[in-house]
Amino acid sequence: MDLVQIARSNLEGFRYAGTEVALCVLIVALLLSGVILPFRKNRRLFLIISMLGLALAMTASLKQPGAGKGVRYFADLFLWDSFSVFFKLFFVAAAAFTILMAQMNREVEDYEFNECCLLVVSVTLGMVLLASSVDLLMIYLAFETMSLLSYLLVGIRFREARGGEAALKYVLYGAFTSGVMLFGFSLVYGLAGTTDIMEIGRILNSAHMAGQNRALFVLMVLFFLAGLLFKTASFPFHIWCPDVYEGAPTPVTAFLSVGPKAAGFAVFIRLFYTLFAREVGDQGFAAIEQVDWPAIVAVISAITMSLGNLSAIHQDNVKRLLAYSSIAHAGYLLMGIACLDKLGLEAVAFYLVVYLFMNLGAFAVVTAVNNGEGGEDIRFYRGLSARAPMACVAMAVFLFSLIGIPPFAGFVGKVFLFSAVILKKYYWLAIVAAINTVISLYYYVRLIKAMFIDQAEVSFEPRVSGVSYAVIGALALPTLVLGVYWQPLAAFIESIF
Amino acid sequence: MLAYSLENFLLVSGVLFCLGIFTVLTRRNTVAIIMGIELILNAAGLNFVAFSRFVQTQNHISGHVFTLFIIVISAAEIVIALAIVLSLYSTKKTIHVEDFDELKW
Repeated sequence: MDLVQIARSNLEGFRYAGTEVALCVLIVALLLSGVILPFRKNRRLFLIISMLGLALAMTASLKQPGAGKGVRYFADLFLWDSFSVFFKLFFVAAAAFTILMAQMNREVEDYEFNECCLLVVSVTLGMVLLASSVDLLMIYLAFETMSLLSYLLVGIRFREARGGEAALKYVLYGAFTSGVMLFGFSLVYGLAGTTDIMEIGRILNSAHMAGQNRALFVLMVLFFLAGLLFKTASFPFHIWCPDVYEGAPTPVTAFLSVGPKAAGFAVFIRLFYTLFAREVGDQGFAAIEQVDWPAIVAVISAITMSLGNLSAIHQDNVKRLLAYSSIAHAGYLLMGIACLDKLGLEAVAFYLVVYLFMNLGAFAVVTAVNNGEGGEDIRFYRGLSARAPMACVAMAVFLFSLIGIPPFAGFVGKVFLFSAVILKKYYWLAIVAAINTVISLYYYVRLIKAMFIDQAEVSFEPRVSGVSYAVIGALALPTLVLGVYWQPLAAFIESIF
Repeated sequence: MLAYSLENFLLVSGVLFCLGIFTVLTRRNTVAIIMGIELILNAAGLNFVAFSRFVQTQNHISGHVFTLFIIVISAAEIVIALAIVLSLYSTKKTIHVEDFDELKW
């Protein structure tokens, strides 16, 4: 290929990279405006710039590829298919809600707001690249873009001891696990001789590889799992999660619990279903013979959800409680990945969308309560319904949805996940998950009881602004609507796998 | 004399990787933990170069390019980690992980 041809094919690639380009433009715009304008006064302006940029990114990713396998672009490093489009929309939406929450939040000071927007958008760029990359090199680079910037995002309040400590724990665990995953990448490269994951998948699943190099395959799967389980906050790499969630500002916590977690699941699906499994028939996949990784994932899923739910029971700090709840939800989501068929993957994608709304919503209420003289402790929630009834009703909706009670969206998501697991005849896993749902009922309802039944312990005036109510309402509406009218979303998700 | 073969390179990278894991798990000094992480990344980089040289690859250069990127990324990672350690040191005057107990581990 001569140079002109290479240049032309790269230019061609920009047709599919609309989201990435829009986010890059937004990053430059935020950087420049942060330098030019005095950032103590322009909080609202930075919000408007971010929202415009994210709206641009959203419209740029709306274009749907038709049927077929999608289009490769930028020297075949990226793939434009419905899977990546779905996750691009997801990440941009999560970033938009996060920035709105950061705007109304007083934990993020005025002089930090520009940096906060900048880092959130940059992490989003990393996640968007991660969703569409199909080359080990590009996956590693996007993964690190996302990780490195999220370490900074956690440490944005580095002058406070808690913020710095949370960032340190995050960076040590994160760098360690991603290093181990990288070692796994090098082994895969040595075995297949290429970094293109579609090509590697063909080679690893080919007939003459069958049954060979068993020990090497076990090592590769374990090394890959280290990085991915860290990002999704699953056992045995979940220990950082409560500390980091507690130490980071609440909007950042909300973002971490949805964005990078979903990105972890996206790359989990992309890597494991391409490298270590092949499509069989219309609906199913078959794992490679050397290592039974679906069984490993199923066991990890059961341990993760039990551990998350049991640890959440005696938490008095609401952010820590939601951190353990997010570990438990990572466990539920891993069930879908262990299913090894399209039904399971669809359930994961559907549950992620539902989880986006209900978890961000719960954190939005926590942010609003933090804003007055209130705090993160459960005693600030006692008797809150008398003073902020709307916020408490919304919180109850989000928590009931997190439990999975009809008619809220979380129920539909859980039905999809459970039915996928049961159809796959993983009965023990379904029973563990059902027991876990019952356990989770206890600590979520404890918070609801504190808000609606208990007497107020601390009297403070919650300051829930109009913007806060708008954000909470915008998150509560889908949580309610998806609980009764989920067919359009389910149909859309069915088309992406 | 040692043979110039893939196995020797893999042996070295395997030893580096294990030393890195050992360092991360046993050291209580944050800077030492970061050095352990460096060892793991370098083990992976060595693997990529060795495979690129000895294994029949589709594109001879891809392993080398990967290693260059690993070097750059690990430098960025160390900068961020050390910056966080430094800012913690200025408030708490310590770099030992046990002393960071504001949040429950």
